Amino acid sequence: MEEDLEHDMHEPTSFLTKYVWSQDHKVIAIQYSVIAILVGLVALVLSGLMRLQLGFPGSFDFIDPSAYYQFVTMHGMIMVIYLLTAIFLGGFGNYLIPLMVGARDMVFPFVNMLSVWFYLLAVIVLMASFFVPGGPTGAGWTLYPPQAILPGTPGSDWGIILMLVSLAIFIVAATMGGLNYVTTVLQARTRGMTLMRMPLTIWGIFMATILALLAFPALFVSAVMMLFDKTLSTSFFMPAILSMGQQLDHEGGSPILFQHLFWFFGHPEVYIVALPAFGIVSDLISVHARKNIFGYRLMVWAIVAIGVLSFVVWAHHMYVSGMNPMFGYFFATTTLIIAVPTAIKVYNWVLTIWNGNIRLNVPMLFALGFVSTFTIGGLTGLFLGNVIVDLPLSDTYFVVAHFHMVMGVSPILVVFGGIYHWYPKMAGRMLNETLGKWHFWCTFLGTYAIYFPMHYLGVLGVPRRYFAYENYDFIPESAKDLNAMISVMAIFVAVAQLIFIFNLIWSLFKGEKATDNPWQATSLEWQTETTPPGHGNWGENLPVCHRWAYDYSVPGYEEDYLPQNYAGKGEEQKT
Amino acid sequence: MKKDETRYSLEGVTGFISDWSADKETFNVPWGKAMMWIFLLSDTFVFSCFLIGYMVVRMSAVDAWPNASEVFALEIAGHHIPLVLIAIMTFILITSSGTMAMAVNYGYRKDKKKAAILMLVTALLGLSFVGMQAFEWSKLISEGVRPWGNPFGADQFGAIFFMVTGFHGFHVSIGVIYLAIVAIKILKGHYESAGNYEIVEIAGLYWHFVDLVWVFIFALFYLW
Repeated sequence: MEEDLEHDMHEPTSFLTKYVWSQDHKVIAIQYSVIAILVGLVALVLSGLMRLQLGFPGSFDFIDPSAYYQFVTMHGMIMVIYLLTAIFLGGFGNYLIPLMVGARDMVFPFVNMLSVWFYLLAVIVLMASFFVPGGPTGAGWTLYPPQAILPGTPGSDWGIILMLVSLAIFIVAATMGGLNYVTTVLQARTRGMTLMRMPLTIWGIFMATILALLAFPALFVSAVMMLFDKTLSTSFFMPAILSMGQQLDHEGGSPILFQHLFWFFGHPEVYIVALPAFGIVSDLISVHARKNIFGYRLMVWAIVAIGVLSFVVWAHHMYVSGMNPMFGYFFATTTLIIAVPTAIKVYNWVLTIWNGNIRLNVPMLFALGFVSTFTIGGLTGLFLGNVIVDLPLSDTYFVVAHFHMVMGVSPILVVFGGIYHWYPKMAGRMLNETLGKWHFWCTFLGTYAIYFPMHYLGVLGVPRRYFAYENYDFIPESAKDLNAMISVMAIFVAVAQLIFIFNLIWSLFKGEKATDNPWQATSLEWQTETTPPGHGNWGENLPVCHRWAYDYSVPGYEEDYLPQNYAGKGEEQKT
Repeated sequence: MKKDETRYSLEGVTGFISDWSADKETFNVPWGKAMMWIFLLSDTFVFSCFLIGYMVVRMSAVDAWPNASEVFALEIAGHHIPLVLIAIMTFILITSSGTMAMAVNYGYRKDKKKAAILMLVTALLGLSFVGMQAFEWSKLISEGVRPWGNPFGADQFGAIFFMVTGFHGFHVSIGVIYLAIVAIKILKGHYESAGNYEIVEIAGLYWHFVDLVWVFIFALFYLW
């Protein structure tokens, strides 16, 4: 219906319209990514401070219990929402969707621009909470009431209010962006780019965006309700409570309601960061193993199935919350069912590598690293998904180890892999390969050194979220040595990220010039006329898609890849 | 025999999926309309969460829930009439859906004047709805209903009532502004170049959605 020239093609000329108030999806993507990486560095520093306290208790005077809880809370919230969600959807989604489906831009560029500015506003409000009286909230990233808004919890005056307001603004931003991503994928694909020819990256981001649009409302509602509980002293989530001998003004609210709403958002959120990672990893593995992805259709259906199932598993986060125990039966079942499509994906990645012509460059290393960490993290998920096994492990370091492996380390490895893979397209220069390898090995081995021992701590019963572990008989002395070792590794990995930051900046000016298609990849973003792609992406004519994105090593051709817009006959056309 | 039948039905399903996924545009509608549908789906989840939250809160409240037909009654000419204001408000909002539908119809006939006027009428009806809601709020507030408590029963009554009707009233207000802007743009000939008035229908989708949500709020807050 609307043709490709629907949105006006006049190119912005001034610096402000080109780089600041830009409506170009590529600029917006980079703005999103830069903000996300900067705020992610804040969260990285916070985790380092936490580890200093845990590894060497009492050695650092400025970390008191309040500060420690504030670090925990802000680290978690920033990493999950303001870094991972923002960089996968706002960063990779914005950059790749129009390029990979062959569109000139998102369908509504102005709304897209508003999205990034709202995101920046959300980040500013969140960062402001470091500078208000009482500091940021220390309620834990799950913000459970009643403690989140009661005196005694750090930041219960201002921090929690700023946190909730910031989340609401972020949700507005994510919605405005998300509407664009979904509509672009559904309606603005180029000729021949059927849904079943889209690269899996787009499938992952697309499905994750749908999850975001349907899951964020629950967080929005719970944020609004808790804001009223705090500012208007309503009692949505607040039961009758005695605080320091005084009966508070609250009565008859339901704290469990908050947990249900929060996790109805919170569990799909796990897949909001995992699905784009799944998609990107599929493409990285296929490109760098020079082999078509194994079981493309099944990969697509697995993404869809995971997306649907992710909405019916939320209460497995609440086995010990005091909800009706019968729920545990249902949610344990659905949780274990979701392991099936996830396992299919892991097998398919491995089978794609099998007999491939593997190029062990930096993006591929990160992709392989992801398969390893994700498998480990997924397997411990089976422990925690079963009610009986979960009960003793609940609120121990086993849980911390599990979710850091599966939704901390794994997606962040994909973020790195994706940046190493697409940086040449974004910047026109290659990232330095040697620095990249140093970055990979330090990060990959370092994170294993951090999180593997944590499983052991968890099985010992070391509780999470504690400021200090003195005077607990059941925690052996050796656990303290282990904690010190973990802390040293954590600091090491955090410092190693400087290699990456340096590489990003140094390569922007001094890196080797990138060709249009340095990895010899098939998908459309590598077939642009210029690198980085100009305004409108495609010059005069839109590309026409003739094949799926995985025609690698097709027999009978000189090149070992056939670009999606290559019109000649390929062997065995897939739909 | 039996086996063949399953095969055919499976072929039908896969055929449907490959046809559907093969289209360049998944839904045969303009971009704006697709986007509005997706937004409304997301907004449905927002209102669903609010209403489910309301049900849970109402069940967990320890004091008795106020009797709706008492609280929402008006004293008119000495008669005590339950739910009279809300009946008028609901009637107005549903009428506005009717005028909106007529505007969409005239939009398709490219009768831009009638379409714009009907949209403005819809906006006016919406405005009167918001006005009456303001009256209802001020009456309740003057009777001592507050977000943190009220003289009629459970504290949560005022909190959830103000929050949900306020959020819905906010949607209506946004809708009034949206309709007015589109109507004025139509009159100014903004959409001449595009040659169609699909924007009227897109605005209409939003308006009907807000009406539909009201039906649920009406049932759950005033009749339960």
